[in-house]
Amino acid sequence: MEFLSYLINGISLGSVYAIIALGYTMVYGIAKMLNFAHGDVIMVGSYIVFIAVNQMGMPPLLAIIISMALCTLLGIVIERFAYKPLRSASSLAVLITAIGVSYLLQNLALLIWGADPKSFTSVVGLAPVQLAGGRLVISGETIVTIVVSAIIMAGLIFFVNNTKMGRAMLAVSEDKGAAQLMGINVNSTIAMTFAIGSALAAVAGVLLCSAYPTLQPTTGAMPGIKAFTAAVFGGIGSIPGAFVGGILLGVIEIMSKAYISTQLADAIVFAVLIIVLLVRPTGLLGKKISEKV
Amino acid sequence: MGEMLRVSDLNVFYGSIHAIKDISFHVNEGEIVTLIGANGAGKTTTMHAISGLLKPKSGTIDFLGNRISQMEAHKIIRLGLAQVPEGRRVFSHLTVQENLSMGAFTRKDGASAIAQDLEMVFDRLPRLKERRKQQAGTLSGGEQQMLAIGRALMCKPKMLLLDEPSMGLSPLLVKEIFKIIEDVNKDGVTVLLVEQNAKMALEIADRAYVLETGTVKMEGPADELANNIEVRKAYLGC
Repeated sequence: MEFLSYLINGISLGSVYAIIALGYTMVYGIAKMLNFAHGDVIMVGSYIVFIAVNQMGMPPLLAIIISMALCTLLGIVIERFAYKPLRSASSLAVLITAIGVSYLLQNLALLIWGADPKSFTSVVGLAPVQLAGGRLVISGETIVTIVVSAIIMAGLIFFVNNTKMGRAMLAVSEDKGAAQLMGINVNSTIAMTFAIGSALAAVAGVLLCSAYPTLQPTTGAMPGIKAFTAAVFGGIGSIPGAFVGGILLGVIEIMSKAYISTQLADAIVFAVLIIVLLVRPTGLLGKKISEKV
Repeated sequence: MGEMLRVSDLNVFYGSIHAIKDISFHVNEGEIVTLIGANGAGKTTTMHAISGLLKPKSGTIDFLGNRISQMEAHKIIRLGLAQVPEGRRVFSHLTVQENLSMGAFTRKDGASAIAQDLEMVFDRLPRLKERRKQQAGTLSGGEQQMLAIGRALMCKPKMLLLDEPSMGLSPLLVKEIFKIIEDVNKDGVTVLLVEQNAKMALEIADRAYVLETGTVKMEGPADELANNIEVRKAYLGC
């Protein structure tokens, strides 16, 4: 029963990683860059919800919608002003810029909201569910997190495969030039990708802070790195890969904490990543390049 | 027959390399015009400047009365100017049919019209029909070339730019591809063809331009150029 409880917690934490990893993987797939500022968008989104709920007294759902809208805007602005001018620059320049944007966001948050941690009030109003005669208790946050991430995943797969914008994303991710020749506006497709990724980051932030209620300017950094790991784990560029990678990472982390060592949990997570990459360099669900010429 | 495409005094740079120097040429409606020349003569650069993937430094390109020299690629195709790029560049992870529907991305005339044209492309290129559910990356080179042509046709172009369609194909397949190009042209699509295989290109073209190190060296009716002693020596190997 204890094991089951850890497993559910792991899936829940992993669901948050998965939602963040989707942002990494979509941006990587389409813009071929690692947006290391993605984790910090989570933090900004969480602050927005915190202020809207705790200081302005808004209903949580409205606060989340506002946070998603503002994060979408933030994502588009970051792409437009930091990354778009570097479209034809070397990937190293883009990577360093992304790290710079990450520090910029963290320090702006420090400046605006201060260094002292805020205690985030959970936005989930669901009572814990008791199963097996009270021996298995699942918190409302856990349930909501898993359900929300499943909905996001299904919605995203539908969007990519069945809408014009989604098809455009697939085309751009494979060949920007050829996509342009089909009449696809590459710049607006990339902006759209950042918008979706950032809106998802806002959702991830709320779920994360509802489960782990300490909010400070560096809140997004570690989950960001872990979600990036999850994206690589599952096969960067692959949407189902981000999902699988995220869940596995969450489960491995919680199980390591429970059965091995709390201190070593993160080390174990990254060790597993290294092993997976040694065996399958493209990640679990990564696409193999198989082309006949 | 009106003029469809006019390129005037075009200059294009590839980084610091002056790849195209003051090129001028035109294509009339209904024609097959070919640009022939060796590797590095500037053929593909010219194509990319027309389709909008590269921006010219100076000079103008006009297509059906529109100044397209500084227009973005995704807008140029909406005017009815489609490019079949060098090396096919099909979407290898998508199926044949998905590739073809990607070609119809700009169309707004409804799903049934697009489905009808899909059948037309399949009739013209029956091998694609057999492989409609197959991933494009698993097709042979010739099939990928057919797919690239079919994909371009799906946008109902008025003019087709073809960049080295014969590249890497066996002589038999080259014949097949060139037959397709002729058929497409007979059905009213104007063609601008870039080729290293000058012999084949001059056979199907109405007029030709010979490019050498970024400039137009010679121009004229294709059959005249095919009999020109210099062209024969340099490009036809006889």
